[in-house]
Order: sequence, then structure tokens, then C-alpha cells
Amino acid sequence: MINFFAKYFPNVISLGWNGDAGWGTSIFQTLFMTFWSAIFGGILGIIFGLLLVLTKPKGILANKIMYSIVDKVVSIFRAVPFIILLAFVAPLTQKIVGTQIGMKAALVPLTLGVFPFFARQVQVALESVDPGKIEAAQALGASTKDIIFSVYLRESRSELIRVSTVTLISLIGLTAMAGAVGAGGLGNTAISYGYNRFNNDVTLVATLLVLLLVLLVQVLGDWLAKKLNHQER
Amino acid sequence: MTAQINLKNVSVQFGDNKAVNNVNLKIDKGDIYGVIGFSGAGKSTLVRTINLLQQPSAGSVEVNGDLLFDDGKLKVSKKQLQQKRRKIGMIFQHFNLLNEETVLENVAFSLSHAGLTDNELEKKSLHLLELVGLKDKADFYPAQLSGGQQQRVAIARALANEPDILISDEATSALDPKTTNQILDLLYDLNKKLKLTVVLITHEMEAVKRVANKIAVMENGQIIERGTLREVFLHPQKDLTRQFVGGALQVRHILNNYNFDAIAPDDQLFQLVYSINDVTKSVVADLDVALDTKASILYGNVEVLSGEPIGTLAILLKLDAEKQKQAIKFLENRNVVVTKLDKGVLTND
Repeated sequence: MINFFAKYFPNVISLGWNGDAGWGTSIFQTLFMTFWSAIFGGILGIIFGLLLVLTKPKGILANKIMYSIVDKVVSIFRAVPFIILLAFVAPLTQKIVGTQIGMKAALVPLTLGVFPFFARQVQVALESVDPGKIEAAQALGASTKDIIFSVYLRESRSELIRVSTVTLISLIGLTAMAGAVGAGGLGNTAISYGYNRFNNDVTLVATLLVLLLVLLVQVLGDWLAKKLNHQER
Repeated sequence: MTAQINLKNVSVQFGDNKAVNNVNLKIDKGDIYGVIGFSGAGKSTLVRTINLLQQPSAGSVEVNGDLLFDDGKLKVSKKQLQQKRRKIGMIFQHFNLLNEETVLENVAFSLSHAGLTDNELEKKSLHLLELVGLKDKADFYPAQLSGGQQQRVAIARALANEPDILISDEATSALDPKTTNQILDLLYDLNKKLKLTVVLITHEMEAVKRVANKIAVMENGQIIERGTLREVFLHPQKDLTRQFVGGALQVRHILNNYNFDAIAPDDQLFQLVYSINDVTKSVVADLDVALDTKASILYGNVEVLSGEPIGTLAILLKLDAEKQKQAIKFLENRNVVVTKLDKGVLTND
């Protein structure tokens, strides 16, 4: 086994596990970026998605101005290609994190890049809640808080898990791109140590690891979405 | 006595379309008030103004003596409106239960502001489920229940805060006839047991006939006819009402199949509608004995209006004008509603 690896994946082995370029380090960096930007982007996305649904015309907190502002912010951020966003928000990153380089610095553009995408997905998931349920809750004298938590978020939870899975997978893609500008991670390993140095074995293994991560997220997401769904018999 | 629900000059406008047009509606405590009409007549929109799920464009809404809406705006705060709504239960055609909550949690949801401990909450929810006969399904999810069972859960949920009023918006329209009757009977029992006022919106006359004591017929956003069920059923004034009441149409449909060529010009067709309270009496036989009419019975039917059997007959009388008048008088003295049927109309229907 070890001989097989030494023969066909020499550069993979030589990168080692620890150290700046080690596999352990880059896997940790990818997970770190994915996790934290998913948390921050997720919270922002849920808030913006909720605002879109609640303040829309005929929403339970209908507010034309608010809706139009939120809608435009989401649309504009979604329209900016991520690679440009990376450069564009660099000054902001500098202010918040104190540096423009590294995995912590990457969290700012990653969060900003993922939240509008997620907000739209959340919007669609929340819109899938039957308006009749909202009306019934209102007729029962439910408060706005009840309707948000017990009806909108609770009834669409399986759908929310599904769109979170999609978002998480696209976020893993974005972390790879962030790697290209010095954030580290598996994307960086594939490009800097693999592609740029003609070490195809490194590129292959880095790609496989990203694929494995994506597959894991997908399987977990599907399982959870199914488990939490009681809509059908 | 002031009405429990009092809608005054209520209009609801959607763009250029007046869904509800200047409607007045008073519903007294303990009524089962049927609002009937075809879809698009504005019935749902009208009753949604009672709990202000739909705000009127004009008019006022008063419930239990509290003015909730007037002059185009709410007369209570948003919080107060939520509290008032807890006293106005509502059930829907598609049940609108929370699918990700169990049956018990669905009922408990309406009690989230009742200030109960978890223990009391569960006890009360179970008690409500018992009331609708579903205690054993407490841990099921709605999707595991039949339509009728889901509607029962919705009723338990709507009754959780001990409302004075229950609005039923086409609540039986998605159910099969047997289940429909079970749900209607449940509403009837609740009306009697809890003194619950029921507003029953439907396009099915059968539902109204089974349980309602009063009825309003809606068309194009207006109430075109209203009164006690008996009165409207026995003396429908408008064509649409006659269609819903069914009797007239049914009689006409049957009579169309007869051959009337052989009858004399003076012979006359009559429709008799009467309450059957003494099964040993026959109005037609009595009439025959009294006036020697030799009436020929061409149609007969009995319908039950909230427990009261109502008979409908179509008879042919071969009498001169004088005797006809006597016959009508004889029948009317016995509380029979007599309508002359035009045989000319019958043939070119």
C-alpha cells in the first residue's frame, strides 16, 4: 500500500500532513473557512430571506421601502462575481480582520459572497409554506414571532436543510477559489502545489478530497431533510 | 339584544373588483348561520372581515359588542386584535394544520399565549382532542390522518381558546359526503353544547339544510336573500336561491318529462310545500274529500331541514277558477305553501 502510494503519488507524500503546505493543514483550512462562513453567511441569509418574505407586499409585515432595500442589496451582492468580490472587499477585510491574507481574512468575502445566494434560497423555501397555514395561525391569534418561528421556519425546515446543503456545497467551491488568493485550503493545494508545479498527483488527491467533502455534505443533508419531513405519509 | 357579529355597510375592493359590496350582516349568539353562494360570490371574503383576516375597504365590524374596525382602519391595537382573534375560531377547506407538528402540538400551538404550564397545556390539548374524538391520534402527524380527522384536529385547535364564534370556511368541501355529515353534526353538537355561534360558508345546500337555522344567499358580493332557513327554503324569492334550494329546479326537471297534451286549458299545476308534523294526515287526501278535486300527483319529495321534514308535491288540479281559489285557500289554511306552476314554461325549458 505504502509502496503503491510512494510510486504513483510521490508529491502527495512529500507534502506531508503538518506544516504550512501539509494535507492536515489544508483540510483544516478548508473546513475552517466553510464552517465559519456558513455560520455567518447562514445567519445573514436567514435574516435577509425572512425579511424578503415578511416585508413583501401582502407579507405579514408588508413594508414597501424595507422590501425594496433588502431585495436590491441581495440582488447587487449576488450579481458581483466572487473573484471580483474578493478583491473589492479587501479594504473592508483589512478593517475587520486586520489583514487581507489568510483563512480568517477570507471569511469576510466568503460570508458576503454566500449570504445573498442563501437569502434567495431561504426566500424560496419560506415561500413554499402554504399561505393557508399563515392565515390559520393569524386566525388563531398567533403573534408575529409565533408565525416566524412556529410556522415559517418550522414548516419549511426540511426545505431549509435542502437549500442549506446546496449552499454549503457551493460554499466549498468558493473556499477553493479563495484559496487562490492566499487563504490556503485544499483549493490552494490543488492550484499552487499541484497545477502550477505540474504535480498532477497532488491536484488529483486535493480534488478527490473536495469531492469527498461535497459528497459527505450532500448525503448528510439529504438524510436530515428526509428525517425532518412529515409532509407526506 | 345586540348581535354577536355585526357587519355594517362592509365593502371589500380588490383593484376595480368589488368582492364584497356594501353588505350588512347581523349574526346572533347561538346561531348556525349559513352563508351560501357559488365560488367567487364573495362569501369567504365577507366572513374574513369578521376576524379581520381581510380588512374592509369601507364599513364597520363589531364582534361581541367591540368595535374592531371602522372608517377604514383598525379600532384596536395589533396585540388586542390577536387577543380578539383567539375568541373567534376558524376552520378551513384545506385544514391548514402544521405538518411538522404532531396533532397534540397543533392544538397546543393555539394555547401558546394562554399562560399554561407544560403539564396543563398537554392536559387541555388532550381534552380538546377527546372532544373531537381523536385522543388516540395525539402523537400522529397530520399527514398520517384522513381528511375528516385532519378537520377534527383543526376544530380542536380552533376551540382551544374557548371562542364564542366558529367560522367554517368551506370546511367540508374537500371531504366525502359521509365525513361531511360527521363534521357538520360535530359542529351542530358543539353549537348546542358550548353555545358556540357558527358561521358556515359553503356552496353546498345540503350542508346548510342539515345544520343551519339561518341563511344568507350571496351573489356578486351582495347578500340577495336572507332569513331563517325554513323561511328561505319555503319561500325563495330569487332565482339563485331557488337553484340552491333545489326544489323548484328538481320539480321542473321531472315535470318536463310528462306529456301534457291531454290536459284541458283550465287544468292547473301547483307546487305544495309543507311541514310534515302529523304522519297520519294527508293534505291531498283531505283536499280531495273536501272539494272532490281528484288531484293527480306528479311529483313528491321529502327533505329534512335541521331536523324538520318538509314535503314537496306537484299536483294537477282539474278545477274551474272558483274551485281553484277554494282549493288554494283550503291548503293555505293548513300551512301549505302553494305556488302555481306555469305549464307553458315547462315545455320550453
